[in-house]
Amino acid sequence: MKLSVMLEQLSTGMLKSMSIFFLTLIFSLPLGLLISFGRMSKNKILRTIMKVYISIMRGTPLMLQLLVVYFGPYYLFGMQIGGTYRFTAIILGFSLNYAAYFAEIYRSGIESMPVGQYEAARVLGYGKMQCFFCIIFPQVVKRILPSITNEVITLVKDTSLSFSLAYAEMFTIAKQIAAAQTTFVPFVVAAIFYYVFNLVVAVAMERIEKKLSYYH
Amino acid sequence: MKLLEMNHIKKEFDGLGVIHDISLSVDEGEILSIIGPSGSGKSTLLRCATMLEQIDGGEILYMGERAAYVDADGTRVYPKGEQAKKIHSYFGLVFQNFNLFPHYSVMKNITDAPIRIQKRGKEEVYREARELLAKMGLSDKENAYPCQLSGGQCQRVAIARALALNPKILFFDEPTSALDPELTGEVLKVIRSLAELNITMVIVTHEMSFARDISDRVIFMDKGVVALEGKPDEVFDADHARIREFLGKIQER
Ligand SMILES: Nc1ncnc2c1ncn2[C@@H]1O[C@H](COP(=O)(O)OP(=O)(O)OP(=O)(O)O)[C@@H](O)[C@H]1O
Ligand SMILES: [Mg+2]
Repeated sequence: MKLSVMLEQLSTGMLKSMSIFFLTLIFSLPLGLLISFGRMSKNKILRTIMKVYISIMRGTPLMLQLLVVYFGPYYLFGMQIGGTYRFTAIILGFSLNYAAYFAEIYRSGIESMPVGQYEAARVLGYGKMQCFFCIIFPQVVKRILPSITNEVITLVKDTSLSFSLAYAEMFTIAKQIAAAQTTFVPFVVAAIFYYVFNLVVAVAMERIEKKLSYYH
Repeated sequence: MKLLEMNHIKKEFDGLGVIHDISLSVDEGEILSIIGPSGSGKSTLLRCATMLEQIDGGEILYMGERAAYVDADGTRVYPKGEQAKKIHSYFGLVFQNFNLFPHYSVMKNITDAPIRIQKRGKEEVYREARELLAKMGLSDKENAYPCQLSGGQCQRVAIARALALNPKILFFDEPTSALDPELTGEVLKVIRSLAELNITMVIVTHEMSFARDISDRVIFMDKGVVALEGKPDEVFDADHARIREFLGKIQER
């Protein structure tokens, strides 16, 4: 196989890996916030459900969760799987899993906020929503950014777990080519891809951190 | 006119009474100081007045309007929606540890609530904020962030932030207790300047000479009750065992 053909195949895999990455973030970051609200809710039932959810999501392998999300509908409801559902299952699985991690990060950030910030906002007349989104949340973001960065970097590498559903992202393709052509090159390309992707992510996160360093 | 009336206020924490049947009122333009030993319930009383804590008995009236009360069968009734907004607009509170919003500049700390909450015009709010900052001696700090300011400067910003909402009555909870002694003076000076403008104030403080000097009336609280109340001289010179003991201890420090 010519190198250019190989690279072309790998690059379609890269795009797919990147779309898993971005879509997962787009869904799991807000979902995580909602879960953290449930986790801190005054309603004991909701709180317990969220606690159990987070515990399961963090306590079982992500690969297993992907398999459950993908094959579950078939075994449970006899639903037709495959086709576009493969990609949907991947995004769903990743988002549900990462949302659990993000929820705990949000919670730690929100609980670390001094009560005086809420009280000052309340006395100044801010409503609950205004208080949270104008006063509390921006400060929480700054506090949790380092932990978020860790998760995001892990996510870049975790996208390779999609091979368990035989979805043709970077890692799956690299493995296929390597097996068919008995060559080590695709793995080297894959390694470089993940490393550079993470480098870019790290630089971007550092930029955001710097932008927020105008106060402490 | 009475701006604030608190009648037979009771407050408990976990079944433990902290405020036992306190009644007080504040007239328009009046300056009331509340003094008393640590743990006597001064902060709790201010927190009840500013609705950061809910009362367990009694009633609170602002401008003659019943703002919150506990009815005969012990249910707390607090205002909601528009009514709550209106009641909250009557008062402001300055905290011991400022509680400025660290991610907002000085200017934004002062202008955000008037613009976002009171929906007032930007230009007018900014103009008033600049006047307030000038009054506080902080004209050069409008673009600074709280972390770049000294404690005394932070507290002056917090006072400006409270004043920007044009409250009828301003509460202070030990506004200088978190400050180094050399910074206390600048904050007290600002509060004095507000007194000259006839702003109604209720001040919890450990600065005795300041309280004596600035107040129209002083309340001495002890163990959750008003032990003594009157004109500054009447209270500070009273032949009353608890206040003599309290003032004696303060002087020793
Ligand atoms: N949230 C709370 N939960 C339980 N107890 C509380 C709470 N807030 C205050 N207390 C108790 O109520 C009593 C009165 O406290 P408060 O803070 O009102 O006193 P204070 O007069 O302001 O004292 P200081 O001069 O030290 O500020 C204290 O015994 C305190 O422990
Ligand atoms: Mg206090």
